[in-house]
Amino acid sequence: MAITVNRKPLSFWENLYLPAIAGGLKVTLKHAVGSLFQGKQVTMEYPEQRWAVPTGYRGAPYLVKDQEGNTKCVSCQLCEFVCPPKAIRITPPGQSGQVADRANAEKMPQEFEINMLRCIYCGMCQEVCPEEAIFLLKDWSHVAGNRAEMIYNKEKLLALGGTHGGIQKWKHKLEEARAQESFPVKV
Amino acid sequence: MDWNFIIFSLVKVAVVVGVVQGMVAYSVLAERKISAWIQDRVGPNRTAPPFMKYIPVLGPFLTRLGIFQPLADGLKFLLKEDFTPAGARTIYFWLAPAIAVIPAMLTVAVIPFGSQIGHQHMVIADLNVGILYTFGIVSLGVYGIVLAGYAANSKYPFFGGIRSSAQMISYEISMGMSIIPVLLIVGNLNLSQIIAWQSAHGWMVMYAPLSFVIFMVASFAETNRTPFDLPEAETELVGGYHTEYSSMKFALFFLAEYSNMVASSAMMVTLFFGGWTLPFFGLDQPAQSLGVGILQILVFLAKLLFFMVVFIWVRWMFPRFRYDQLMDLGWRRFLPLALVNILITAVWLWMRS
Repeated sequence: MAITVNRKPLSFWENLYLPAIAGGLKVTLKHAVGSLFQGKQVTMEYPEQRWAVPTGYRGAPYLVKDQEGNTKCVSCQLCEFVCPPKAIRITPPGQSGQVADRANAEKMPQEFEINMLRCIYCGMCQEVCPEEAIFLLKDWSHVAGNRAEMIYNKEKLLALGGTHGGIQKWKHKLEEARAQESFPVKV
Repeated sequence: MDWNFIIFSLVKVAVVVGVVQGMVAYSVLAERKISAWIQDRVGPNRTAPPFMKYIPVLGPFLTRLGIFQPLADGLKFLLKEDFTPAGARTIYFWLAPAIAVIPAMLTVAVIPFGSQIGHQHMVIADLNVGILYTFGIVSLGVYGIVLAGYAANSKYPFFGGIRSSAQMISYEISMGMSIIPVLLIVGNLNLSQIIAWQSAHGWMVMYAPLSFVIFMVASFAETNRTPFDLPEAETELVGGYHTEYSSMKFALFFLAEYSNMVASSAMMVTLFFGGWTLPFFGLDQPAQSLGVGILQILVFLAKLLFFMVVFIWVRWMFPRFRYDQLMDLGWRRFLPLALVNILITAVWLWMRS
């Protein structure tokens, strides 16, 4: 059973289309004046103007350094294992490889590559990292001339990641250890 | 053979064709810019030749205005692959764009775009049947479109061509009828004489406002502009009659559409808004000096540009008519209205005489 929608019949004046035309011209003129003289454009001119990224935004994953400027990553390869699109590739130092450049760590990766073409910005590497060495920062725009340039190596990732001041895992661990000397534990 | 006449006519033809082509190129830019402003966007503002950034203030300003965009567009059209579909009827396929463009350009020939510079009248052909000529030529424009639709041998262009033929023929009638009151009032078909009458008695739009409205709407339909752009309705017919065209052949259809807009605007200015005259500063008399002559051409161009902007403005405001609404408007509203208009004008003139 079809439903009949009652339409109000148009009056003679409305039937002339003229009020609708005048109304339309008014609306479009208002928009034109607004975007021409009052800067009310809704578009953003991309390369010059950029979005303000909110806190907690999951951008590109980068390696970070600790307060002393040392590599935090210990080459445990958990992020490589967990990475869903297999974007991370870590080359461990091996038996006689380079030792870590900081105390409290046994080793650091010989090479650490993230393929930004594969990365899906899921944040699992950040979640899984026991050393809090990899973070999803706010970068969302990657530009390169070819595919090879989109594979970021350790040096580049460390440079882009910078020093991450907020989390000082080993300092807290030390405090915990010291606190355990006296009983009961109060942390 | 009057060599003087030939040389000056050739010069005028060259200048007018050049100006019309330039206006076409920049009305495409205007179309994009105005649509952008109406839709709260910015529009083309990047294209520029590399040396432009070294010119201090003017360079960036012109670039933001998109002044160089038409050059890039033209270059793009020239460099694109000119593709002929396998099923197309080649001769007609090649012929159609030319047939679309030529009438569009020819219409401008009888339009007086200024009074005189020196002893030269600023009109290419001062025909005593100017309006008849225009209508005859304008009605040829439909053949290019129909032929394009037929030659492409593809269903959507074919629909576009068929719609176009029906639409243009329907509106041609109301358009012609709407002009008759003007001719009755002036008593002359020569466009220069119509302008002379208007400079003596005031603009024709005050005497025949209904004619103007019908003529304007009909010219929207004739130029296939929104709200009557059914022949090239993107949402229904892909691209309409020019779906299968590419490169410069496609550009020619564009050129034809915008040339038609220029010609229609020129006709509206000439018939209803006093052509190159202005009722003050003595600009309504034929020019005695070079400066005034050029000023009058600029007045004409300013009026023309106003109507071009109206054309573009209306395009970005209206939804498209449904096909039966289009036919209803043409045959059942405008045609009787135009006939009544003729009758009223005739009776009015008879009462006065």
